[in-house]
Amino acid sequence: MKTSAASLSFKYTLLLFASLIVFFPLYILFINSFKGSAEYGSTNIFTLPRSFMNFENFKLVFERAHLDEAFLNTVIVIGLSLIGNILLGTMVSYVLGRFEFKGRKLILGLYAGAVVIPAITTQVAVFSIIRTLGLFNTHFAPVLLYIGADVIQIYILLQFIRNIPYELDESAMIEGVSLFGIFYRIIVPLLTPAISTLIILKTISIYNDMYTPYLYMPAQRLGVVSTTLMKFTGNNSAEWQLISAAILVILLPTVLLYLFLQRYIFSGITSGAVK
Amino acid sequence: MSYNLQKKSLIISFMLIPLVLLLTFTYYPAARLIYLSFTSWDGYSPVKQWVGWDNYRTIFANNETFSVLLHNMAYFAGGIVQNVVAFMFAVLLNGKLKGRNVFRTTLFLPYIMNGVAVAFMFGYVFDTNNGSLNFLLERIGVEPVSWLGTPVLVNFVLAFISAWKFMGFNMVVYLGALQSLPEDVFEAARIDGAKGRQVLRYITLPGLRRIIELNLFLTVTGALEVFDLPFVLTQGGPLNASATYVQKVVETAFHYSNFGLASAMSVILMLIVVVVVSVQRMLVLGKGD
Repeated sequence: MKTSAASLSFKYTLLLFASLIVFFPLYILFINSFKGSAEYGSTNIFTLPRSFMNFENFKLVFERAHLDEAFLNTVIVIGLSLIGNILLGTMVSYVLGRFEFKGRKLILGLYAGAVVIPAITTQVAVFSIIRTLGLFNTHFAPVLLYIGADVIQIYILLQFIRNIPYELDESAMIEGVSLFGIFYRIIVPLLTPAISTLIILKTISIYNDMYTPYLYMPAQRLGVVSTTLMKFTGNNSAEWQLISAAILVILLPTVLLYLFLQRYIFSGITSGAVK
Repeated sequence: MSYNLQKKSLIISFMLIPLVLLLTFTYYPAARLIYLSFTSWDGYSPVKQWVGWDNYRTIFANNETFSVLLHNMAYFAGGIVQNVVAFMFAVLLNGKLKGRNVFRTTLFLPYIMNGVAVAFMFGYVFDTNNGSLNFLLERIGVEPVSWLGTPVLVNFVLAFISAWKFMGFNMVVYLGALQSLPEDVFEAARIDGAKGRQVLRYITLPGLRRIIELNLFLTVTGALEVFDLPFVLTQGGPLNASATYVQKVVETAFHYSNFGLASAMSVILMLIVVVVVSVQRMLVLGKGD
């Protein structure tokens, strides 16, 4: 198609305008997070800070909000959840992707049907299960809720497994390799790209979830980044320069993860949704 | 061990834990919700008094429960706009354009951000006295607006924040789908002299039917199940104007200890989702397939 100069500049105007809307709130946070409390009070929000080397707010945030503790709790929950989630997800997908058996359709249907059940409201019932198991206010409560595979994950993995030629399985069988051996020596290694994608997507979704930790580990010492930010903002609502710093610190890890590993994120979303 | 035996034991051992998890944390709670919706359970006592349809009667007798759904409509409207914008940018970025990867990265960025952080960040934009938006508006002579404190505005402001966060996701899904459409069909259409708009209407849109359906499903369920944004930013205020349905359910259960009533509200939500999804399937998939 021919693109005239006018339509091209129209396209760029739209894209630049959208980018401006994305960056505007971040920019305001950024410039204000470097201001001291007196400086914040005496300048307006669009004034640049006296120095971009003033990290006082960031230090204060770590001390006052116990962000180090929050990050540790978050990492523990993410780490444990990922191990379980990836292990179980690949197992389910291997079985569903390689074998025909009675109930296979039903199981796929159960995973797909789960999406119409509003997860937040069923917590009313999940809550009593967690309490019965004695897991309330432990790291294991959210972990247990995160390790179950969801339909998107299974979809992505099944897609990959279908692309692994079945001849590989067959020739391994001729050599007498057990099915379990085929799973962890052939299938799992070949699933690495899909697994990387799932690890990143899952990390981001757990890191960003507020509701599960809010409900299941409300204890002060068990704060994760989301719940800690909520408490901190509630207690320091007047000190916006501090809150700005806190928000930036909490945004940073996933933004970095995204910038460096976006290839995996895009391929995951595309293959999970499109095929 | 024969492969047949191996196969059986592998299926059982690999599927056991995942299925137990799925049933325990998704289907059992859903079933239990239905049971609890017929009781007056308070969440603590061992006795669950069977009350029949009482909870449902209470809900239908009280208009307030459903009027809350009107607040969710703002998110639905926002979600539709968000999908249209996402589709437009997907088409834009699907063409040959310098810097398209930079724009794709930028527009998707909000999606990966922590929801609580995004909520507070926008609290800073929309604040009446210190907000950056009012600051800019004052410069051009507009009186400060109480964005989050005005009942008729608050849900649209929240819906905008939600669209800001999720537009990029829809866009990437549309973009992926556009790229998977076979190139030769477009080629043929062009040779036959089809115009841009005709290509969009007769080739692109039909080819993306399933993806549009998926995005709409996510938009509808997302709008019906909004929770954290108003919960974090406005706590449902001012005067309950931004309370959403799920927030009401959570409040009824965990705040007022009325698990029976909350369960009935959840069951109704589940039914609404199922009905909406079925209607949508019929509308979008209608012909063919």
